Amino acid sequence: MQEAMIKRAKELLADGTVNRVIGWKRGEFVYDSTPAVFGTADEIDAEFVFDDFTQANVSKYLVKESKKDGKILAFLKPCDTYSFNQLVKEHRIIRENVYVIGIPGGPKLDIEKIKAKGITGILNVKNVNYTLEIETLYGTEKLPFYEAISGKCADCKSKKHVVYDELIGEDGDVLDSNRFDMVEKLENMTAQERYDFWRGELSKCIRCNACRNVCPACTCENCVFDNPKSGIENKAAADSFEENMFHIIRAFHVAGRCTDCGECSRVCPQHIPLHLLNRKFIKDINSLYGEYQAGADTTSKSPLTDYRADDCEPSIVHERGVE
Amino acid sequence: MQRIGVFVCHCGTNIAATVDVKAVAEALSHEPGVVISQDYQYMCSESGQDLVKNAIKENNLTGVVICSCSPRMHENTFRKAAASVGLNPYLVEIANIREQCSWIHKDIASATEKAIILGKAAVAKVHLNTPLTAGESPVVKRALVIGGGIAGIQTALDIAEAGFDVDIVEKEPTIGGKMAQIDKTFPTLDCAACILTPKMVEAAQNEHITIHSFSEVTDVKGFVGNFTVTVKKKARFVDETKCTGCGLCTEKCPMKKVPNEFNMGLDNRTAVYIPFAQAVPKVATIDPNYCLMLKNGKCGVCSKVCSAGAIDYKQTDKFIEQKYGAIVVATGFNPIKPDKYDEFAYSYCPDVVTSLELERLMNAAGPNGGTLLRPSDKTHPHTIVFVQCVGSRCDDEKGKPYCSKICCMYTAKHAMLIREKYPDTEVYVFYIDVRTPGKNFDEFYRRAVEQYNVHYIKGMVGKVSPKADGKIDVQASDLLSNEQLHINADMVVLATAIEPDKTARPLATMLTTQMDTNDFFTEAHPKLRPVESATAGIFLSGACQGPKDIPETVAQASAAAAKAIGLLCKNSITCNPCVAHSDELMCNGCSSCEKVCPYGAITYQDKEFRMPDRTTAIRRVASVNPAVCQGCGACTVACPSGAMDLNGFSNSQIMAEVDAICK
Amino acid sequence: MQVNENFEPVIVAFCCNWCSYAGADLSGTNRLNYPANVKIIRVPCSCRVNPIFILRAFQRGADGVIICGCHPGDCHYTSGNYFTRRRITLLYSMLDFLGIERNRTRLEWVSAAEGAKFADTMNKFVEDVKKLGKNRRLEDLRCRKQ
Repeated sequence: MQEAMIKRAKELLADGTVNRVIGWKRGEFVYDSTPAVFGTADEIDAEFVFDDFTQANVSKYLVKESKKDGKILAFLKPCDTYSFNQLVKEHRIIRENVYVIGIPGGPKLDIEKIKAKGITGILNVKNVNYTLEIETLYGTEKLPFYEAISGKCADCKSKKHVVYDELIGEDGDVLDSNRFDMVEKLENMTAQERYDFWRGELSKCIRCNACRNVCPACTCENCVFDNPKSGIENKAAADSFEENMFHIIRAFHVAGRCTDCGECSRVCPQHIPLHLLNRKFIKDINSLYGEYQAGADTTSKSPLTDYRADDCEPSIVHERGVE
Repeated sequence: MQRIGVFVCHCGTNIAATVDVKAVAEALSHEPGVVISQDYQYMCSESGQDLVKNAIKENNLTGVVICSCSPRMHENTFRKAAASVGLNPYLVEIANIREQCSWIHKDIASATEKAIILGKAAVAKVHLNTPLTAGESPVVKRALVIGGGIAGIQTALDIAEAGFDVDIVEKEPTIGGKMAQIDKTFPTLDCAACILTPKMVEAAQNEHITIHSFSEVTDVKGFVGNFTVTVKKKARFVDETKCTGCGLCTEKCPMKKVPNEFNMGLDNRTAVYIPFAQAVPKVATIDPNYCLMLKNGKCGVCSKVCSAGAIDYKQTDKFIEQKYGAIVVATGFNPIKPDKYDEFAYSYCPDVVTSLELERLMNAAGPNGGTLLRPSDKTHPHTIVFVQCVGSRCDDEKGKPYCSKICCMYTAKHAMLIREKYPDTEVYVFYIDVRTPGKNFDEFYRRAVEQYNVHYIKGMVGKVSPKADGKIDVQASDLLSNEQLHINADMVVLATAIEPDKTARPLATMLTTQMDTNDFFTEAHPKLRPVESATAGIFLSGACQGPKDIPETVAQASAAAAKAIGLLCKNSITCNPCVAHSDELMCNGCSSCEKVCPYGAITYQDKEFRMPDRTTAIRRVASVNPAVCQGCGACTVACPSGAMDLNGFSNSQIMAEVDAICK
Repeated sequence: MQVNENFEPVIVAFCCNWCSYAGADLSGTNRLNYPANVKIIRVPCSCRVNPIFILRAFQRGADGVIICGCHPGDCHYTSGNYFTRRRITLLYSMLDFLGIERNRTRLEWVSAAEGAKFADTMNKFVEDVKKLGKNRRLEDLRCRKQ
């Protein structure tokens, strides 16, 4: 796959269709690849990578990149195309300035899950027929592929590309996922249990802002939490209230816009399941206002900028489930 | 540095009896920025206002807090007072310590504590108030009247008289409304058609009036002075510009079995029809539910006989869009159908009729040519029973809780007309009360009793039972003599309640005007602004606002016209300065705000910006048209970055109030 | 749960100018009683209420927050309260999801004619919040009153 992508990227650079390419480059270790923009074929040859660890969603980078001169080639996995579409819909990405190649999605690997097996000193990870051969400083270890897949891929909602100019590989389908199971489990707890669960999780927050910075829906020119005029500016959460406040408002601001790409939880250094907050909104929206998938298209109205005269009353919150 | 003045009103004892006003003034004097804090008996009085004005001048105040009655009462009074001495009126805040404090609470300690907190919240807010200047918005010099009954006609004529263009939208094929169906009018007994039809003709001939008959309002956008209205001209399958109203088509139409709604279904009309002889516009209409040509393509007689070539079976609904400065609602009323009242046998006995049906039965243009005959066997009735308050003043689901107001008088009229024309007929009227408050009304009723010997019986009719011999047994109680009566009647007439037209509710939603629980339009103030709705630029004419007789309807119609003319005379109106605005540096250009704006006040443009990193960038940013924005604030919450804020109710102002209350 | 008789909750009520604020005025005009704990903030429309204001109120020491607006279909601005209904339903649902007591938040429709409903709503709401006691789950310790 990587070779096919590199070949196509170089062709498009050569024929002038695009003047830059956004993809991934390897970091210090094999497993910490990051998004990167390549300007030349040489740069691509030297650093371009696409493997089981290249799971970062590059669509957010296109907010800035699509406003630069010339067209940029973006390789988008199915989940990334939803984010891309949503940003096009919000006029944040200039669609004409991006050449989208749809590439197959995951499942991708989560290095933390490999490390959790007690495997350290990792030098390389190879996928041989869905068995990972992990080369370490201390020898080679083996691990079934599916024991190390990323959380966001385990709950994959769709293998379908909702936008592309061309595809490399096959397009997939929207999947039946059980991504709301955990939300439902929490809903069935008592209020005290839910409170304890979230206190336990959110109290780990160190306000590194990684979730916000990676989120393709969080593209505000100036985030309310950085704006002294907003009245809720804060840099580091001083107490439990501010921990709650940050995550509630962040989830509310992306409600109806979040495509459930899972990046927030993936990047959280404290492993807080932040995606559950977004999924709670998605689940509520689906059940109260009709199925809605942000980013599935670029024209439909977001559920929070839309209404029906016969929408349910807010008392539904007081009536359903467990108090 | 802020210099804030606080003024605490006693409102006589209205506030002072439950709130220690001196303690409030004292407590608020210690709030940051407060340089003067006073209390006074009646702050809204001239001397009270002078106190405020002098304090502003002497202390160079930068903000004023009035602790008094609701801002809905006197906010404007104090804003004007402040403006008169050079303080921007939007630097005045009201703390509502009467309606929302002293009148609610009985305990002086807690009421005083609450009043202080409300005062503190107002002080906290006024610290963040900014001077605002109201913009101006032009007024389109054209009015729309919705409904072409006597109310709509009168309003349109008055507005046209003042020299403004006015359009009447009437859902029926002709204007005229209910009054056209009435035979005679009380208390003068003059013929309704004789006084109405000249007005209909006058409206049609007036160069300023355009009548859209067989049309409905389907969409209303905009705001006072600048409404954009879509009117659906329903397909009548006859070219209005060609039809001469000769009526030949109606004579030749083979489909003659269509219930005639103008005669309350008491006789039939043809599928192509002109509702009545004096219809305006006098143009035929084809009823697509009955026309053989439209239903199965076989007939075409009307098209063949029409020498003007006006028949057009292919006509479709047309939509026209027009701008108006003012809108007058004159949608009128309908009598309720009494078929839910099984005891009155209306649904199965043809000789039990409603009062409006009786009007048609007695009308010279009615089904019997003006001779009163029983619908069942076309014989003269010799005993007629009138039942009052059918569905009015009713506390059950079937009827209306209100008094329909006109029934007592028209029943007296009916009774009198019958006794006049057919002296051999006995007339009984069963009533709860007889209500005759109006000029010459009681005299009229007494004439019915004393001169015409109509039998008025206080009591309700319990059961109406048609008998095999064609007579009707009316079982009733006489409350004054306390006895049960059985009257062997030939006809029973039900004075049914009146209700607002069914089109009123969806129209109110389009106009964003308020209605009461009975679907009557709510006036802006029940006493002082009876012909205006609470929505600026929308006026109320006639029975759409509440039950009314003809003179009252006409009076209100003219009053609504006067209010509309007052608006149309202005070249521009002052806008509400409490509108949204966008901080372009923070705007993402995401269009969330645009999508929730009910007025389309938000547009986007690409602008060049110097970015913090010293580059220039072209960014899509929102801008608000202050003349169009009405200041609801929906956009401020839709905006994730907080770029959108609202003058007068800014994020920081509301949070300052929250903080002051929660402290 | 034990009810503390002496507990006086702080209640913030956001009322839309056209219906609910007028309804509150009417309950005053009709001298209908409700507890002094309720303090009203006037907003042009219920759709002006930002979730941030609600959280801010809890942060600063409110024990209950209620939003009142025109009945659906009667909004002075046509559609404002429809947006409110979706936003606030979702927000309250989220607070519930985080384990915040659901009876601390409410959204009610009160028209300008419903003075009695306004008073009843406030009486009921204050009673419910009193049962819950002091807001501890969503408070800011720095703002706690001694």
